[in-house]
Amino acid sequence: MNGMPQPYGLLAEVTHQCPLHCVYCSNPLALLDRQDELGTEEWLRVIGEAAALGVVQVHFSGGEPLVRGDLETLIAECRRRAMYTNLITSGLGLTESRAKSLVAAGLNSAQLSIQGDAAESTNLVAASKRFDKKEEAARIIRDAGLPLNMNVVLHRMNLSRLDAIIDVCVAWGAERLELANTQYYGWALRNRDLLMPSKAQLEEAVGVYERRKAELGERMELLWILPDYYEPYPKPCMGGWAQTALTVAPDGVVYPCPVAAEITTMTFSSVRDHDLEWIWSKSEAFEAFRGTEWMADPCRSCPRKETDFGGCRCQAFALTGDPARTDPVCMHSPDHHLVQDALVRANQVDVGEGGEIVREKLVYRRPSASARR
Amino acid sequence: MDESDLTAVPKLASKAMLKYDSVRDVALLLLPERVVLLNTSGAAILGLCDGSRTVQAVVAQLEHDFEAVDLTNDVMTFLKDARGRGWVVVT
Repeated sequence: MNGMPQPYGLLAEVTHQCPLHCVYCSNPLALLDRQDELGTEEWLRVIGEAAALGVVQVHFSGGEPLVRGDLETLIAECRRRAMYTNLITSGLGLTESRAKSLVAAGLNSAQLSIQGDAAESTNLVAASKRFDKKEEAARIIRDAGLPLNMNVVLHRMNLSRLDAIIDVCVAWGAERLELANTQYYGWALRNRDLLMPSKAQLEEAVGVYERRKAELGERMELLWILPDYYEPYPKPCMGGWAQTALTVAPDGVVYPCPVAAEITTMTFSSVRDHDLEWIWSKSEAFEAFRGTEWMADPCRSCPRKETDFGGCRCQAFALTGDPARTDPVCMHSPDHHLVQDALVRANQVDVGEGGEIVREKLVYRRPSASARR
Repeated sequence: MDESDLTAVPKLASKAMLKYDSVRDVALLLLPERVVLLNTSGAAILGLCDGSRTVQAVVAQLEHDFEAVDLTNDVMTFLKDARGRGWVVVT
């Protein structure tokens, strides 16, 4: 193996186009246009290079991947190379015939997102009125014979609805539900004060999660993605920088993680200029934080450095402007006050703030909306 | 019916995919959001769970392929675990 890790997963962000405008979208604030996107032939080459590199799972995401008419062609290529495929979708635009053609191409599974337990949540968080389409999509996915995995991003405005959210996913026949507490990158960081829950809210939700997990048993798998700001130690992001997975953005730029485009002080290479093998094993950006050699204290002398790898480089950059610093989530980070300050605010603000007031303050994910204040 | 019945038929779950990974030289079980590295016996058992064989037939085939005897309990134990994890369905 000569020390170089081999990636298992490829996140193929085939487009930034999306019918939803989620206020916590992890896409970069500067969204890419359709004309910047890789074409079919380029994606086919990327898939082949990924397979040679050791990738065995391809997650098609975006944006909304269904807006790409060539999704079937890309999935068929993955199947030809015996790679597992997963569609990460909002469900909008999924028809019975589309589902049928995706399955015929070889699609293995689908993950459907919801924003909450009812139409109001989709409207408030995603500026979309099509909650009905999500229920329909769940049915279409199951009727197509695909395992239905669901995902909901949790935050200040929907944590109190957790019981009802879980009920919805059970009713729709999900096998697995990812309860993803908001991670503060991209649009979520922009809207952080409106999304960050209070400690009391979180504790109540953890209670609901534990009770429902015990009740549901094998019927539906519940997964709790930790709200890292409230943790004493940072998350072992991506299992370490450039270790197990890679992301190819719509324009072909390759990142060690889906939100690394935010690190504007680093230069990431594109599949339009280099092959994936070179980018993975030789490019400066991928080598920059691989392993533990790059670390300064407090990480360098920390016994946890092989456990959490210094936390998230993207979060370090987003909060301090330097991707090489210890993730400020860590209680030992000299920048920990940045996280603490956000939590103090979250526990002061009136949780009962009305939907309309919040709506006016939220910045919705739209091309060019990022500059709006 | 479950795997303790020799006439039951185990089948790989539709969401699961078996793959021999030539890059790493290892058998993998691919699931949504998960990759499981299999050992030789695990891969051999799952490879026979194609919905056409009974537990008894799976055992007989393995005993033949591996020139072994008395594999029934091992296979049942593996299948019980695999069913609990959602890798196989048993009918």
